[in-house]
Amino acid sequence: MKFDASLGVTPEIGAQVFVGSPRIAIKRSTLWFRRSLIGLSFAVVGVALVMPIIAIFGAALNHGFGTYLSSILNAETWGALKLTLLTVALVLPLNTLFALSLAWAINKTRVKGSTWLLILTDLPLTISPVVSGLMIILLYGQRGWLGTQLHALGFDVVYSVPAVILGTLFVTVPYVAKQILPQIEAQGTQLEEAAATLGAGGWQIFKRVTLPSIRLSLVQGVILAAARAAGEFGAVSMVSGHIRGLTTTLPQHVEILYNEYRFTAAYSVASILTLFAVLSLAVKAFFASGLEPAPRPNDPSRRA
Amino acid sequence: MISTPIKSLARRRAPSLPGLVPTTAFSVIFLGLVVALPVLALVVQSHVITPDVWLKTLTSRRVLAAMRVSFGTSAASALVTSVIGLLLAWVLERYRFTGRRVLDALLDIPLALPTAVAGLALAAIYAENGSQSWLGGPLKSIGLQVAYTPLGIIVAQVFVTLPVQTRALQPLLRQFDSTVEDAGIILGASPWQRFWRLFVPHLSPALICGFTQAFARALGEYGAIIFIAGNLPGYSEIVPLIIATKLEQFDYAGASALALIMLAISFASLLILNLSAKNFGNRLKEGFL
Repeated sequence: MKFDASLGVTPEIGAQVFVGSPRIAIKRSTLWFRRSLIGLSFAVVGVALVMPIIAIFGAALNHGFGTYLSSILNAETWGALKLTLLTVALVLPLNTLFALSLAWAINKTRVKGSTWLLILTDLPLTISPVVSGLMIILLYGQRGWLGTQLHALGFDVVYSVPAVILGTLFVTVPYVAKQILPQIEAQGTQLEEAAATLGAGGWQIFKRVTLPSIRLSLVQGVILAAARAAGEFGAVSMVSGHIRGLTTTLPQHVEILYNEYRFTAAYSVASILTLFAVLSLAVKAFFASGLEPAPRPNDPSRRA
Repeated sequence: MISTPIKSLARRRAPSLPGLVPTTAFSVIFLGLVVALPVLALVVQSHVITPDVWLKTLTSRRVLAAMRVSFGTSAASALVTSVIGLLLAWVLERYRFTGRRVLDALLDIPLALPTAVAGLALAAIYAENGSQSWLGGPLKSIGLQVAYTPLGIIVAQVFVTLPVQTRALQPLLRQFDSTVEDAGIILGASPWQRFWRLFVPHLSPALICGFTQAFARALGEYGAIIFIAGNLPGYSEIVPLIIATKLEQFDYAGASALALIMLAISFASLLILNLSAKNFGNRLKEGFL
């Protein structure tokens, strides 16, 4: 009996069982069932996730393009944008460095007690941003442990730019690490060990072997962390003190405008952040396409 | 004897790669300074909280109502995202169709969109006087008031946590042995039986993880909620907002008491996540975040 390679196991149709000469095709689901589930998924994502994005731009351009531009192009927005970019620029390298060294320590050298490191890495994901902000204040505030010491030295952390950066750093700790850890773990250490046997040093192994193999998920993690850092609201709004033009990031600026009933301006500034989010998702999706295995020439998957 | 016995060769640990000390040292110092120290500051603060403050905070009607609202809405939204998440993971992993990649990429919107912006967008859509009141009006006419009610809180939480369950389920669904399903079909199991007897048991660890994570995030969410909830004390006020309010009034002890409760819940949910990940091997690791 000849086996037709194009009739393998497919997600929808199931295995093609050969019993003697007649073929029995196992049918896992009907076409209308698949189509309605797919349609439902698009509807849910459309209403729940895409509609809010459109609404932001709609509300921003409500009073025409001129109003839109004038509400974006002013000193306050510019100041908030600068602080946001500064925060991202400071937080990202630190997070990336941390994620890489954590991944190396846990998966390449198998350090003891990695569970505790992983739990600490996960912690900011489940802690409310508001609680994170409170923690920063309790630590660095004028009556906090470090705060009193720093105050004696002439530094006031809370309600200033450093607090914004510390709060953002706390919240974004897991993002890069969570993206690269599964991949670096799945790869094992064989390639690195081979390189070590061939006489490569630690740094050389990292640069030539490990880094190229994780670069796609690294880029994705960095993009997610950047988006999160730029958009952090809860933690930052606790610690920033809302000093306009000095310690307000773009999300804070949006909130201030909204609370002052300057809705069009609020939505216009929000649209900058939305644009940033959409762009980063596009870049992330572009890099994700490199992660999926290329379809085989005889890919049996049928289109619904 | 020249050759090493195979057994001892197999037992010998693989040659350790260099870099243990610097990478571990940096990771420990970074986590210690950035994560552990602030958490410790809150835990130590509990000494400052007198029994009197605990009593006053935990018997306050406003706080109790906020807790009811927070826990209720978080459970409801975690349930909703679990159902939607199962649907999306199922469609994304089992079917091949035009636009699959787009659907997958769109699912990341809540991760990338700042929560405050999400709150503003939801307010625009669901508030009746919102500038883009696409859904607020129609829903009101069938008797559903979303904005400025607990329902609005659930809508905001669902937005923020929508990808969590899908991302937890996807790796497990990908690993599902399809011959098991085919065996079920040949043995005459109905689609419903196949779903409950084959898929649900296989997916249950991820379902638990996804639900727990969605619940924890929904409970802590602040930015997306405050713009649409209306924040009416006793009706649509959430615990994070009460912490924020207490902080603004420099009531550090009261804020810390509530924050400690939230922190305990965070630890508990992390424990559940790690236990279910441990019980079911490494299959879940990919699914976090």
